[in-house]
Amino acid sequence: MGAAPRRAAILGGNRIPFARQNGAYADASEEDMLTAALDGLVARFGLAGERLGEVVAGAVVKHSRDLNLTRESVLGSALAATTPAYDVSQACATGLEATVLVANKIALGQVESGVAGGVDSASDAPITVSEDLRRILLTASRARSAGERMRALLGLRPRQLVPAVPRNAEPRTGLSMGEHMAITAARWGITREAQDELALASHRSLAAAYDRGFFDDLMTPYLGLTRDENLRTDTSLERLAALRPAFGRGEGATITAGTSTPLTDGASTVLLASDAWAAERGLPPLAYLVDAETAAVDYVHGDEGLLMAPAYAVPRLLSRAGLALEDFDLVEIHEAFAATVLATLKAWEDERFCVERLGLDGPFGTVDRSLLNVNGSSLAAGHPFAATGGRIVTSLAKMLHEKGPGSRGLVSICAAGGQGVVAILEGA
Amino acid sequence: MASDVYGQLVHTSLGRQVVTGLGLPNPATLRRYEPGDPLLPGAAVVGGLGTAPLADRVGGLLRRLGIEVLDKAPDEGRIAAVVADLTEVEEPADLETLRALVGPALRRLGPSGRVVVLGRPPETASSWAQAAARRALEGVTRSVGKELRDGATATLVLVAGGLVAGGLVTGGISAERTIGGDPTVGDLVTDDGDDDGGADGDGDPVEAILRFLLSGRSAFVDGQVVRVGARSVSRPADWSAPLAGRVAVVTGAARGIGAAVTRVLARDGATVVAVDVPGAGDALARMANEVRGSALQVDVTSPDAGARIVEHARTRHGGLDVVVHNAGITRDKLLANMDPDRWGSVVDVNLGAILRMNEAILDEGGLRPGGHVVLVASIAGIAGNRGQTNYAASKAGVIGLVGAMAADEGLRARGITVNAVAPGFIETEMTARMPLATREAGRRLSSLAQGGLPRDVAETVAWLSQDANAAVTGAVVRVCGQSLLGA
Ligand SMILES: NC(=O)c1ccc[n+]([C@@H]2O[C@H](COP(=O)([O-])OP(=O)(O)OC[C@H]3O[C@@H](n4cnc5c(N)ncnc54)[C@H](O)[C@@H]3O)[C@@H](O)[C@H]2O)c1
Repeated sequence: MGAAPRRAAILGGNRIPFARQNGAYADASEEDMLTAALDGLVARFGLAGERLGEVVAGAVVKHSRDLNLTRESVLGSALAATTPAYDVSQACATGLEATVLVANKIALGQVESGVAGGVDSASDAPITVSEDLRRILLTASRARSAGERMRALLGLRPRQLVPAVPRNAEPRTGLSMGEHMAITAARWGITREAQDELALASHRSLAAAYDRGFFDDLMTPYLGLTRDENLRTDTSLERLAALRPAFGRGEGATITAGTSTPLTDGASTVLLASDAWAAERGLPPLAYLVDAETAAVDYVHGDEGLLMAPAYAVPRLLSRAGLALEDFDLVEIHEAFAATVLATLKAWEDERFCVERLGLDGPFGTVDRSLLNVNGSSLAAGHPFAATGGRIVTSLAKMLHEKGPGSRGLVSICAAGGQGVVAILEGA
Repeated sequence: MASDVYGQLVHTSLGRQVVTGLGLPNPATLRRYEPGDPLLPGAAVVGGLGTAPLADRVGGLLRRLGIEVLDKAPDEGRIAAVVADLTEVEEPADLETLRALVGPALRRLGPSGRVVVLGRPPETASSWAQAAARRALEGVTRSVGKELRDGATATLVLVAGGLVAGGLVTGGISAERTIGGDPTVGDLVTDDGDDDGGADGDGDPVEAILRFLLSGRSAFVDGQVVRVGARSVSRPADWSAPLAGRVAVVTGAARGIGAAVTRVLARDGATVVAVDVPGAGDALARMANEVRGSALQVDVTSPDAGARIVEHARTRHGGLDVVVHNAGITRDKLLANMDPDRWGSVVDVNLGAILRMNEAILDEGGLRPGGHVVLVASIAGIAGNRGQTNYAASKAGVIGLVGAMAADEGLRARGITVNAVAPGFIETEMTARMPLATREAGRRLSSLAQGGLPRDVAETVAWLSQDANAAVTGAVVRVCGQSLLGA
């Protein structure tokens, strides 16, 4: 830090309410949703017809035809068609990584403004054909004659027609993310009760944020939805406790549907700019993106939990910044599962983990729970993978702005593949 | 917008036969303004009584715009308008001039023609006879509106201030100036007295009104009386963009009349801040992007709505010149069955919220001096409407508010105008929800025999938002096709 030539300001953002899989956005494509999120942002900041430096976004589960998803969304939006765009993908950290990328270009003076975003649809998922069928079809398409084509297609067997739907499983372990999480939860002794409490807090905090109008300038309704469809205003510890475990075995079966993020559809965007660009348009910065760090863990052979990378990334980032956990006014840890948050917090308080794995002298520190995910997080809002980063960054930037200049916020997002992206925001 | 099946039906030849057979009114297709349209599609007869000082000015304006000006009705062919200057009426016998000028002209008046009568306020008359004659003009104009066919309209403009040849002057201040470097035409100068809000005063207050009334912008304004006060006005650099460089806030901008107002203000050059409830945010975003303005999701009833509007306009766009309080709701019920919720929400959205927002909007750093506030009343607030006690209360309240604000010394000193439009039956989602019979009656019980379009209201709002029209304040302009209700 300090080396950056200038700061990248977060001016605000926009997202569409998140919908449950096969809910309100069942018929919307990712391009539709990203375009809607962009258009809401453009309207909020009066950017119609403007050329921005760059739009960077992505989707985790993406149709092959959407290879230029972000650029296509820009072309369909109210932005000037001369606004360049590219796609990125880093699993659930896509949105945050896109934010870091835009911020870096701003800091280097390569662009003056940009939008970072992400979108995912669990409803409009791409269906791929089985590997056998794919080969047969490719052979048939290469055929030079009708006869050859027929011969190729004659190799078809009914079983090969069953489509392969993308699975939420790690290719190298064959375990689903929930199964991985169950192992980590058991290792850290994360109780069912603690997870239920965290999930309840998430729903309650998100509902309260809606009630006080917190999202009025962060969200634009879409397809009749004005709130996150997954939000349960009426949930309770009793209801959560009644749910059957979904992952893990025996004693270790602590993770339920209530403490895991549901499959969700949605899109989010963040507007970033240089101070000069913002001042020219009378757009007050909410916060600055100060620094970011990505870590990866070896969950395949290395005896670390799949979603534990942020536990490594944050200490590295804070050490570079010369900060401790206690220096933060707000902390946002993406609730992939309630247990993800709890295991991360526990690891940072655990002397052995911190000394042996993080190379620190003692425990890394404790997060004041009253500063954690204060407006709810993914358990309540839902988690359209690539859209989560934009949701968190924008909400945190707004909260930091309310707290005042110099206030500090931490964002932590875990991702498939054993990765984690974390960042520091400073209130403006 | 409700589809006007009846209106479309009668335009088929079969439909027309049916309609004429039944004696139902046959609604005309109104001439509505499109950018680039000439002020009038044909010649105008312009004349008047005595020295007819305004007729001269109007004739000069029309000639400059390339419109043929005749001094009496032609024997054949169509005319597009007749403008009669009766500002010098002294006694009832003088009214014969009006009959002699306008009567024959009506027989030659083309579709969506315009009759504009210019007079003086009866209250300031110097004799009983003069007061009676001046007031008589209103009776004539309203009756002409009912006589006209084919989308033609009639309006009376009452001009305050003293008139002398070559100018319009009060308080003995005589000024001879020229408009835009055209030495052959003197302009109309109203008094440049104590309530000048910084307008540079080189404009002609009657010009803005005639440019509105004669054009297709006033398509659904019929049978009305408009008063021009004694105030100097500025003139826009470009009459096709009279709001260029201005920042306007429109509440309830996501749909209906507010959406149309947003479009028309933007077309006229304004930067528009489109305001609506967060729940209407997607439609609001589309509107804001369409007009390259900005969207502000805020419920007008929230306590900080006014402050947020001002803050948004100031930081984003550098200030605030025009506020259009358009957001409104209906929650109909007979008073006998009215609950406190329906009552309270309608009164609060349509009236209470405006009063609260005005505190911030009219405070230091809010609306700029010389700015314009336009409220949206309703003919229900004038005539009353069964099942709409709450709504009529709020809309009558709006009319009361306009009067009080327009008379406010502080606002006058800052040159801020406050006016209202009172829409009659306008085709929107609000009226689409009415029972069929009420809806049909609403459409047909007017001189133009049809519902208006949101853009008709919007054109009137845009006109009331012009600096060039700053001599009009405290007006409640009905945009109702001369509806019989409350008239
Ligand atoms: N349609 C008619 O015939 C007619 C006649 C007379 C007067 N009016 C008046 O014209 C105005 C617009 O009417 P319309 O027909 O376009 O109605 P509409 O219902 O189509 O649109 C009204 C808009 O106002 C918004 N709005 C409502 N409450 C709001 C609040 N609390 N904060 C912010 N925005 C809010 C709505 O979301 C909507 O977008 C209203 O004041 C209405 O009373 C309409």
